[in-house]
Amino acid sequence: MAPALINVPKKAKRGEIIEIKTLMSHIMETGYRHTSTGEVVPRDIITSFTCRYNGAEIFRADLFPAIAANPFITFFTVATESGTFDFEWIGDKGFSESASAAITVE
Amino acid sequence: MSPARAIVVAALLVAASPVLATEIPPGERRSGSSFMTPETQAMQTDDTANPGMLWVLDGEALWKNNANTVGKACADCHDDARASMRGVAARYPAFDKVLGHPVNLEQRINLCRANHQQAAPLAYESRDLLALTAFVAQQSRDMPIVTGDDPQLAPFIAKGRELFTQRQGQLNLGCANCHDDNWDKHLAGSAITQGHPTGYPLYRLEWQSLGSLQRRLRGCITGIRAQPYDYGAPELVELELYLMSRARGMPIETPAVRP
Repeated sequence: MAPALINVPKKAKRGEIIEIKTLMSHIMETGYRHTSTGEVVPRDIITSFTCRYNGAEIFRADLFPAIAANPFITFFTVATESGTFDFEWIGDKGFSESASAAITVE
Repeated sequence: MSPARAIVVAALLVAASPVLATEIPPGERRSGSSFMTPETQAMQTDDTANPGMLWVLDGEALWKNNANTVGKACADCHDDARASMRGVAARYPAFDKVLGHPVNLEQRINLCRANHQQAAPLAYESRDLLALTAFVAQQSRDMPIVTGDDPQLAPFIAKGRELFTQRQGQLNLGCANCHDDNWDKHLAGSAITQGHPTGYPLYRLEWQSLGSLQRRLRGCITGIRAQPYDYGAPELVELELYLMSRARGMPIETPAVRP
């Protein structure tokens, strides 16, 4: 279970610049740490985040071990038409989560 | 008041004053959040930016989960947490009549699991226990802390206070040496706060996780190079109890964010 917190305005005017905030639950284990017995803790991070607006990719980010746990990614876009934002997080150990949010553009 | 009584009261006040002299006056009490940068404060107040909310969401799911031998979820007895759990965290740790000593919120949840769900206790600092505790405590957000009303708690608060002021460890420091006497100063780059536990369990950026008050206390005890008490130890619960009673009237912030 990996909950995500998404903040997309429910309504916006056409052409308005809107802020999108996403918070994904993930430990982001760097792969550089060792246990008390000296074994390496294997890397377990989110490697890629994408956002699609009505199917078209509008934002993508590659993530690396230096990014803190529970990555908070926020960005801006222009509200062009009503529809949905689809978010996808992909990572190590087969991690794959998605979420979506609807927007009404007037 | 008769003159004789007045003398007795005055004598008590004089006797008590050397101890009370270092305590923070109620008007000067400040939550740890007031020592933070505006950016970290904004992170706490925005529920979609506060990582602690991830645990609260998990806790809400666990509240309704009845996957145990008796098939009972928390919600089957307590119904909607928004109503039934409102104000609960603001009065914990509370006295348990059966055990005869105070228990904190984590211990109450595990007692409830054992007695009513026949489920194994959740480990301290496990994601599930933190999530349930955060979900329950969040229902008391913005409510004033009232811990310590029960007169049966008085001896345990006194013990907690003793632990708070007692010097220990290789650095020979007590909690009060920093959090009562030097809270307006810095330790290296970090603000020394007054140590009011208003937002636990809270998301600490240093931990990159949610953590309990006991985790924080153990960190502090290790910091003064003393041997920390085990999770759930009576000493830690007494310290929690004293700290909560010391923060009486301050609003609950759970899930708080701290640097």
